[in-house]
Amino acid sequence: MNTLSTTIPLSSISIGSICQIVSLNVKGLLRRRILDLGMVPGTPVQCIRKSPAGDPIAYLVRDTLIALRNDDASQIRVTLL
Amino acid sequence: MSKFNREEHHRIMQKHFGIITTPGQFTVALAGNPNVGKSTVFNALTGLHQHTGNWPGKTVDNAQGSFTYLDSSFLMIDLPGTYSILAHTVEEQVARDFICFGKPDATLVVLDATCLERNLNLALQVMEITPHVIVCVNLMDEAIKKNITINISALQKELGVPVIPTAARNGKGLDSLRHALYEMSIGITHTTPRQIHYSPEVERAIQELTPKISRCIGNALNPRWVALRLLDGDSAFIDSITHYLDLENNRKELAV
Repeated sequence: MNTLSTTIPLSSISIGSICQIVSLNVKGLLRRRILDLGMVPGTPVQCIRKSPAGDPIAYLVRDTLIALRNDDASQIRVTLL
Repeated sequence: MSKFNREEHHRIMQKHFGIITTPGQFTVALAGNPNVGKSTVFNALTGLHQHTGNWPGKTVDNAQGSFTYLDSSFLMIDLPGTYSILAHTVEEQVARDFICFGKPDATLVVLDATCLERNLNLALQVMEITPHVIVCVNLMDEAIKKNITINISALQKELGVPVIPTAARNGKGLDSLRHALYEMSIGITHTTPRQIHYSPEVERAIQELTPKISRCIGNALNPRWVALRLLDGDSAFIDSITHYLDLENNRKELAV
């Protein structure tokens, strides 16, 4: 299994790269929301494009494009595939 | 339903949801993610017999339509399109409250055949609240174009509720849908909705809470589901319970 040392925040992956969700360090309603969008541990996520300021960033999750704030995406730990 | 319950139900429907049914009319709630063709299904079933407005006190559209099948009349309520009904937004709250407190005779959950996986989240959430669920797998024509095949009977077996494939914009599958709604409304459909099993700690907490919940609210709501919301710390839901069930006296006990 992946140890914490090999995981990086989702917000740090570059455009075009694909990663897999390892853990969600979010609480409460935001956690619920992220889970409802199908982002559960094990889900592959691709970074599609970044807005001019680099925040938010658009990710492809289960064939759906989802924009996340960097504040929130940085709480999601992933490993690169 | 006893006479008292029927009157109580009528009162809740009218007062809180602005819905007036004619005697003997069945109610059907229509739920689904955004962009799954929910409105197409709604239009295909109800045709021109529609009425739109707002949910009482909310700036959320409420569309109602009626249709007749085998001499029974149905009132269909189009709920807002949502990914979830665990209430972060007004739309989700409206959808949840109606399924929960409006107690429709059947809830039709429309899924997009081309991204079933994500859509099933909502279906499972609805199946936690009520066993009166019919799943409609729509956009089957799109799925065929994308070379996606769906084993409907396997899905039905997994979910434990009727699953009907449709391509609503071509009118395909609508008759089976009407028939499934009819059979569920008159009470001859037996379902065993698949329930999510949580971790041992959560299950233990549920076991502990359910008898207390049953004491407070009787059989008005599924106690297991209420226990899950309480464990979730969903205070908006406790407010909804008091609001809809007139349980002011029991509120304190519930909040513990």
